[in-house]
Amino acid sequence: MTRVLEVSDLHKSFGGITAVDGVSFHVEQGEILGIIGPNGCGKSTLFNCILGQLKPSRGEVKLDGEVVTGLKPHEINRRGVSRTFQLLQVFPQLSVRENLILAGQEHQGGMLSRLVGPRDAGLGDVAEQMIGFFNLGHLADEMAGGLSYGQQKLLDAAMAFMGGPRLVLLDEPAGGVNLTMLADLKQRLAAINAEQGATFVVIEHNMDFVMSLCTRVLVLAEGRVLAEGTPAEVRADANVIAAYLGH
Amino acid sequence: MTGPRATTRTLWPWLIGLAGLVVLLVLPLGLARYGLYILSMWAVMTIAAIGLNLTLGYAGQVSLAQGAFVGIGAYAGAIATTNGLPFIAGLALAIVLCFVVGWLLGYPALRVQHHYLAFITLAFSTLAFLVFRNEEWLTKGIYGITDVPRPRIFGLSTDGPLAFYYFCLASLGLVSLATWWLIRSPWGRAFVALRENPVRALSLGVDTRRYTLIAFALGSVLGGIAGALYAPLVEFVDPTPFTLTLSFNLLMMVIVGGSGFFFGPFLGALISVLLPEWLRFAHGYYLMLYAIFVMALLAWSPTGILGIVQKLIADRRTRRASATRAAATATFTAEKSS
Repeated sequence: MTRVLEVSDLHKSFGGITAVDGVSFHVEQGEILGIIGPNGCGKSTLFNCILGQLKPSRGEVKLDGEVVTGLKPHEINRRGVSRTFQLLQVFPQLSVRENLILAGQEHQGGMLSRLVGPRDAGLGDVAEQMIGFFNLGHLADEMAGGLSYGQQKLLDAAMAFMGGPRLVLLDEPAGGVNLTMLADLKQRLAAINAEQGATFVVIEHNMDFVMSLCTRVLVLAEGRVLAEGTPAEVRADANVIAAYLGH
Repeated sequence: MTGPRATTRTLWPWLIGLAGLVVLLVLPLGLARYGLYILSMWAVMTIAAIGLNLTLGYAGQVSLAQGAFVGIGAYAGAIATTNGLPFIAGLALAIVLCFVVGWLLGYPALRVQHHYLAFITLAFSTLAFLVFRNEEWLTKGIYGITDVPRPRIFGLSTDGPLAFYYFCLASLGLVSLATWWLIRSPWGRAFVALRENPVRALSLGVDTRRYTLIAFALGSVLGGIAGALYAPLVEFVDPTPFTLTLSFNLLMMVIVGGSGFFFGPFLGALISVLLPEWLRFAHGYYLMLYAIFVMALLAWSPTGILGIVQKLIADRRTRRASATRAAATATFTAEKSS
């Protein structure tokens, strides 16, 4: 087993508030790691520190054993790490297909080939497959801004896979998605994980979603790791029950 | 199912473009000198507005400096050609100069956006004007550069107003084709991503820094090309046309026509250049009428004239889709009851 991601002793403070307070964990190749914890426990800040959106106050992030702390988000993305955001982030004035091509185009060729090369950056077929895979076929040429919330959420997730990432960080993929679509999404993620060996880290509040999808779960509280283990272990952990239920 | 609809949708702009081209080729044959001058000015201003539409409409970077780049291009062209260099050398100088200065002006955009960026570009505009007016050793100051020659293209003289008009029109055609290619390339897609959601773009590997600088540089280059054509069109270059007013005018052309629409600048420049002529009967009231028109238009449709057209097309599609749905439901109910 190889460690795709290794986070050691990560800290992030905003003024007097310490959002992430010495978090260490690692993710193995092919794993689906769930991160849960009450609101404001530092989950999203942790993601932002790993992905270069925020600069950690202290600590280190390694991808495949290589230190990437301090790199820019697009540099980390081009090393095969993609993400989705907690709030919807699609490009409303581009069509579904254009959104997908955009999500992969910077991984193809050089800057000049993106100007003089093919319009779809050679990603037309990949985009078509992704459209089929996420059931967006009837919407391929619609503007993303005209889609329903759940459809945009699917597109958002599909975009994260266009660059052929090895590691995908999903920030609350299930938030605001109806049950049928949620089952759909879970099935898609599990399939990509099984078929392509892609590794996931998933932040989620929906316990059923986390417990059924993830192979391992990390529980954060007040910026620290409270517990770590298989879904069953975590569910039985006294500290976790206390943090979630208040004794 | 999407096939034929997509074809008709992409065919329309081409048909309209073709019709416009025929008018632009035939109309001037019946025009006098002044009419040709106005039409040439429209072509030149459209090129500058296309540049601003690239920076502002597609990449979302506010700029109040496009007029300054027209000025830089005009002076570069005028100084080169009055010193015996061919037009093409002046044009190349304008392009290189505007690319470099535009690239540098992009750096503030990496730190600030919206009205802050507007103020920075506005300050640059003022600075450029002061250079045009005060650096007499280079620009001849308020006296201006006279007798800017018109170029010979493939051995043909463009001295006559009709020949020069066709030269401007051909230049506009080339610029349009290049821009059409650009906005449909992955670069154009990255520009739109920059405008709509830079944070998400960055997380998808888009080097937003580099694309911002490119957007500024390329938009400025088109301003420079317009300037290099402006100089031989007017045959005289002095600082007065390149005040902030020109930058505001170009901004108005982009917004009135429809910011972020390919044909927006063509339409915006048409209104801005022709309206003073049409409203000649109104004498001094013309600017008031123009101001009222702009206020009413933007209050009604912030996305400009082409925004209205797009809305009408979208409404028609919706109505057609609901009609199809209603028909399908009727058939379904009929089948069920039979």
